[in-house]
Amino acid sequence: MTGLKQMLHRGRSGDRGAYWFILPYVVFFCAFVAYPLIFSFILVFHRWNIVTPMEWIGLKNFDRLIGDVLFYRSLLNTLTFLVIHIPLQVVAALALALLLNTGVRGRGLFRALYFLPVVVSGVAVTILWQQIYSFDYGVLNNILHAAGLPPVPWLVDPRVAMPSIAIMATWKNVGIYIVLFLVGLQNIPSELYEAANLDGASAFKQFRYVTLPMLNPTIVVIVVLSTIGGFSLFIEPYVLTGGGPMQSTLSGMLYIYNQAFSFGHMGYAATLGFVYALVILGVVVLQRRVIESEMSS
Amino acid sequence: MKTALKYAALLGGAVVFAYPFLWMLAGSLKGELEIASLNLLSGSFSLQSYVQVILKIPIGRAFLNSIVVSAATTASVVFFGSMVGYALARLRFLGNKTLYTIILFTMTIPFQIVLIPQYILMVKLGWTDTYLALIAPTMMSAFGIILFRQFFMAIPQALIDAARIDGCSEIMILFRIIWPLSRPVMITVALLTFMSNWNEVLWPLMVVREQSLMTMPQIVTIFTTGGQAETQLGYLLAAATLLSLPVIIAYAFFQRYFIESMASSGLKG
Repeated sequence: MTGLKQMLHRGRSGDRGAYWFILPYVVFFCAFVAYPLIFSFILVFHRWNIVTPMEWIGLKNFDRLIGDVLFYRSLLNTLTFLVIHIPLQVVAALALALLLNTGVRGRGLFRALYFLPVVVSGVAVTILWQQIYSFDYGVLNNILHAAGLPPVPWLVDPRVAMPSIAIMATWKNVGIYIVLFLVGLQNIPSELYEAANLDGASAFKQFRYVTLPMLNPTIVVIVVLSTIGGFSLFIEPYVLTGGGPMQSTLSGMLYIYNQAFSFGHMGYAATLGFVYALVILGVVVLQRRVIESEMSS
Repeated sequence: MKTALKYAALLGGAVVFAYPFLWMLAGSLKGELEIASLNLLSGSFSLQSYVQVILKIPIGRAFLNSIVVSAATTASVVFFGSMVGYALARLRFLGNKTLYTIILFTMTIPFQIVLIPQYILMVKLGWTDTYLALIAPTMMSAFGIILFRQFFMAIPQALIDAARIDGCSEIMILFRIIWPLSRPVMITVALLTFMSNWNEVLWPLMVVREQSLMTMPQIVTIFTTGGQAETQLGYLLAAATLLSLPVIIAYAFFQRYFIESMASSGLKG
């Protein structure tokens, strides 16, 4: 113990005791970050079902991926999800945040209610929406029926199923983004609006030329987080549709899971994960560039 | 007029976000034939669906598993995270900047790339179907470390110097001086960690097959997809209610902390 005490003593060259503080993280990093990363580079060149020995197959996993219809299908499904989810999320969150920011009474209560789905387990939310979307007994189709409209095949029609999931995901997450927008709105200096008022700018012009540009950083965060969320979509299709109908809700993560645990293709599943990770990084970098240059122009 | 419209919109939003949960609760208490109705009330509320769920799956055990796993992970993330955060913020050592860069870098890695290798690691270590597999890979969080580091950098140096002159070791400074000053960041990190662990379902599905070790969202997922619910809507809604109730109760009490944690982090848990 005296040794430890000496180690903790502050020396001239720095705090040698510091290494005790970071040691647990270094061990954790090696075991659960560095090792899996390195192992994934090895795994992508192998065929393996965990039980029998690994078999080196060179680039065959990538060959297979290039010709894999389901891989492209999952990318397309993710794109469908994002194209609906992101604009809906940004518009809904911004609208509700602007509404909450007008000095209304009960602001805290409304904010708390809108935030409620965020904290609830995705599994519970998905079970709930399974009933809401049910074709025969669902809440939504009941409402449509009462309004004299035909029922919508929310989860049964391959063209509708993914948009349905995108709407559900928006409902679940919009609370986070309302709160982020509220923070963003409060950070806009009131002098900007005063100056705009003096110049006689209309409410719409103030929104377009003051509010929106000032919220740009928040919008970037929302777009990036929603995109990462879209690529990580798993439990919603797993519980709601199992990836169907006709693979229309097969998400990337669900496909990796199926390859690994339904078929035992660990090498191929790792390859899918590897390529998805590259796609995600590429898309996120691209989005940042586009949004930032759009807004600055 | 304009004000009336504003409040109508706000109330509409409240209905959209809160009504489904009330409907879920009501449906879990109603008979099968009444569930589809939009009406929340019924003449024949009963706990029959809950009794069936409890008889069919060990959901009480799953609740305890979830508590154990989430609590252990949270304690570890706060304890070790604050140690690393303190070292990065306040101690001089060779490699400080490098370590910080590495930690930032790990936050940009999409989890898809490490998921399968991590699973294989669990198999190799013989940790599948143990608490270890559920706890170990989330024992530290880069995000938590970064939040701690940021907070600790703002603590006045004079406090730390005074403690050093009094002969406090660095670890004592962390526990006795820094921790008591750091309640806000500790609550943020703890809440986000606990919540994301409580709601995590993909990883448990991968590493646990033994029913007695399953977490609550996992066992409800399997109950739903595995046919045990016998397509009885009431059973499903009862299971979903049992799963969401602990979080909703916690949220009702600590609502401000939940929202502020999310806002200050700018990230999902």
